[in-house]
Amino acid sequence: MQRLIEILKSFALWDLLQGLQLTGRYLFRGKTTIQYPEEKTPTSPRFRGLHALRRYPNGEERCIACKLCEAVCPALAITIESEPRLDGSRRTTLYEIDMFKCVYCGFCEEACPVDSIVLTSFADYHIENRGENIFPKEKLLAIGDQYEPLIAKDRKEEAPYR
Amino acid sequence: MADIEIEIDGKKLQANPDAMVMQVADAAGIYIPRFCYHKHLSIAANCRMCLVEVEKAPKPMPACATPVMPGMKVFTRSAKALAAQKAVMEFLLINHPLDCPICDQGGECELQDLAMGYGPDKSFYHEGKRSVKDKDIGPLISTEMTRCIQCTRCVRFGAETAGFRELGATGRGERMEIGTYIQHAMESEVSGNIIDLCPVGALTSKPFRFTARAWELEQYPSIAAHDCLGSNIYVHTLRGKVMRVVPHENDEINQTWISDRDRYSYEGLNHEDRLEKPRIRKQDGWQETDWQTALEFATQGLQRVLNAEGGNELAALASPNSTLEEFYLLQKLLRSLGSSNIDHRLRQSDFSDQETSPIFPGLDMPIADLENRDVIVLLGCNLQKEEPIASLKVRKAALKGAKIIVVNMMDYDFHFNVSHKKIIAPHQFVDAVKELTNDPAIAEIVRNAKSLAVLLGAQSLNHLESSSIRFYAEKIASLANGTVGLLTEGCNAAGAWIAGAIPHRTAAGKPVSKIGLNAETILTDARKAYILLNVEPDLDCANSIAAINALDQAECVIALSTFKNPVLEQFADVILPVAPFTETSGTFVNAEGKWQKFKGVVTPLGETRPAWKVLRVMANFLKCEGFEFESSEKVREEVHELFLQGTAGASSPRPSRKEHPSPAALRASTSPTRGEVRISRVGEIPIYSGDNIQRRAKALQATQPIIEGNVAVVKIHPLTAEKLHLKEMEPAIIKQFENRIRLTVIFDTRVPENAAYIAGGITATSGLSQLFGPVEIHKA
Repeated sequence: MQRLIEILKSFALWDLLQGLQLTGRYLFRGKTTIQYPEEKTPTSPRFRGLHALRRYPNGEERCIACKLCEAVCPALAITIESEPRLDGSRRTTLYEIDMFKCVYCGFCEEACPVDSIVLTSFADYHIENRGENIFPKEKLLAIGDQYEPLIAKDRKEEAPYR
Repeated sequence: MADIEIEIDGKKLQANPDAMVMQVADAAGIYIPRFCYHKHLSIAANCRMCLVEVEKAPKPMPACATPVMPGMKVFTRSAKALAAQKAVMEFLLINHPLDCPICDQGGECELQDLAMGYGPDKSFYHEGKRSVKDKDIGPLISTEMTRCIQCTRCVRFGAETAGFRELGATGRGERMEIGTYIQHAMESEVSGNIIDLCPVGALTSKPFRFTARAWELEQYPSIAAHDCLGSNIYVHTLRGKVMRVVPHENDEINQTWISDRDRYSYEGLNHEDRLEKPRIRKQDGWQETDWQTALEFATQGLQRVLNAEGGNELAALASPNSTLEEFYLLQKLLRSLGSSNIDHRLRQSDFSDQETSPIFPGLDMPIADLENRDVIVLLGCNLQKEEPIASLKVRKAALKGAKIIVVNMMDYDFHFNVSHKKIIAPHQFVDAVKELTNDPAIAEIVRNAKSLAVLLGAQSLNHLESSSIRFYAEKIASLANGTVGLLTEGCNAAGAWIAGAIPHRTAAGKPVSKIGLNAETILTDARKAYILLNVEPDLDCANSIAAINALDQAECVIALSTFKNPVLEQFADVILPVAPFTETSGTFVNAEGKWQKFKGVVTPLGETRPAWKVLRVMANFLKCEGFEFESSEKVREEVHELFLQGTAGASSPRPSRKEHPSPAALRASTSPTRGEVRISRVGEIPIYSGDNIQRRAKALQATQPIIEGNVAVVKIHPLTAEKLHLKEMEPAIIKQFENRIRLTVIFDTRVPENAAYIAGGITATSGLSQLFGPVEIHKA
């Protein structure tokens, strides 16, 4: 009896119809296609994307060259060199992140005592030439300057959970 | 006294009845947290971090200041002890800033570590913290006094060990501050040790400031390359660059201290003067080239001279800071080319007793033994500046009651009490040494000495009649069966003697058939070809004028050098860049005859090569036999084998004392210092001008004027100046034989009459030809 039903079902293309039923349901449902890059999916404020170095509102860079991010980085992507600046403060002379090595774990941000190095929620970037994968300090600071409103908003939203 | 038994944490331990609980615990490997306690300093017990529970004691006791008692039971980790330690830590942290991320001590901070291990995890303190104004204490140490926890280790180090009460505490309670009271820079030559002593980041190294973190540095053991004690050091490197130097504990030599010279000279290693590529001289000037071309060029030049003139026209001078292996290969190369004209005693002038000298010059006793001597005679020795670590030991001896007798050419302000001193001009110096024991008071001290040490410093060794000084020094020593110690310049003079970098002996003291020219005659009796190993002719040689003239007339000058030098650039034909001690492996033999091996800690800069490799390949180019060494170890083994044969199997032989030629015989051939001379030069080498690395260390160079004042002057006694009609701060013409230089006159009562302090080893005075010879001074 069981076998007979199966034979009948196979002749009636029952499985196919079952599948088409699902297809049909989606055919009339609202479309969720994102027109990238014009449109983007919403991201969590915790998203770990492109790195940035932040500044204080008065324009002073936050980084104090404590090298904790360099120490914590599991991929050894960060290189820092430091020396006393003319005013006697501790500053970096070199701050590089090798984006090919980075695994976007966000430990650097966790380690930073002054919220200087952050991972923005901006994720789509590219490089065009060999060697550009190493982001120097100027570039990271520029990214920070560009996305500061976004970075600040994300940090504010996340503050209660930190 | 017999040992007593105490119990710490349930462990039964034998203890010396004089010991403190802390010492017994340390010896047993039981750690008790501490800040103010340091094993080489006195006990202050002011940090209270080491509180431990003692059975039957009503309150916790500080382990560092609690003497052991028979049957005592101590608990270092009991609830009561831990609670006490936690509370102390909380109090210490009240005023300590939480600036670990920008603090150089972060990562190697005792407070940070102990706060993790013994502190509370939460702070209840919300009130304002104390802040303290920073002090400027010179170019070597940077301060951040807000971080200070008043352990007073630095104060006690200065007062007890270094003998310089430079730091002290002012104010009480919370307002207590460590500082210099009247602002001035630290003048001690061992001041850098307070950086290691400071348990927090209040005192940190200024040249190292903010450049690296403790956790990213790689640490390699090495040997300090600036004085004849061979202090043990750790070199810290980051990405192939030397970042700093810290002491490596060795109780037999330097304990936990090192001199500032050894600590900060590393700055010279990264100086822009470093040579990176071999250079050869072409018609149109210097040309950088590869090693093959440079070595071919060098050896061809050498071969031309050898073919035309024979081996006798070849001479070599080596810096006394070269390694044993370099000395050995250089002398082997020269001797296989038929020359014995090799020397390392660049600043010495009297070599007449060299054939009767022991196998190597040295202290003739263990360095640590210095502190147990009861009479120490210093002859021509600025001990504190020349050998700061030896000076700490002499100070220790003096504090134990030793009598120190000084005969010097300048009245130095030593950090130990001197019982008798004679300050005398160089040309009267030998007589002063000879007649020293004619003084009944001194004679009595010397005769009654239980253990006498006579130490000869650089000024005695560089003196025009140094062999007479040695002779009379031995006479003084023989009065009480004492020892004569020679504090040689450079870090490896003993190694040079053992390796045979001397004209009259080859390796291990074996005499040569034909004695070569010594450091002085090599230059005055100019040769056709020179090999210079890390020598800066204008600054390292006693007779810089003769050095320059000799190089000028030579046909072939091959300079192996770490740094650029204008004289070499003017007169050399080839300059081969060789590695300094941090970039090569080798051996230094210190003043007590200890062979100390070290390895290269960073890769040589650019195309620099270790000098032993360069010498080996040069020998191969010249087709010399017996240079098939694959490593510096092999060279060392060969020297060591010869040394064992030469000294009949004794592992560390005492230098055998032989009689020096009688001074009467010397007197006949003696120098022009005697007779009607009126003024003689005191050619001291300023504290940080001794060798090519120090001269390029910026922080040391900034410290030298603080310690010594301006050294490019002529310092004379006001009475002598009056006789010569000289006025202070006015220029004067200094004439030595045909050479003249111009210097400013400074009055200094430390200089004896009939003498003039004109420093050596600096550019301003490189126009003179004798460090201790006669000079004429006129008004300009």
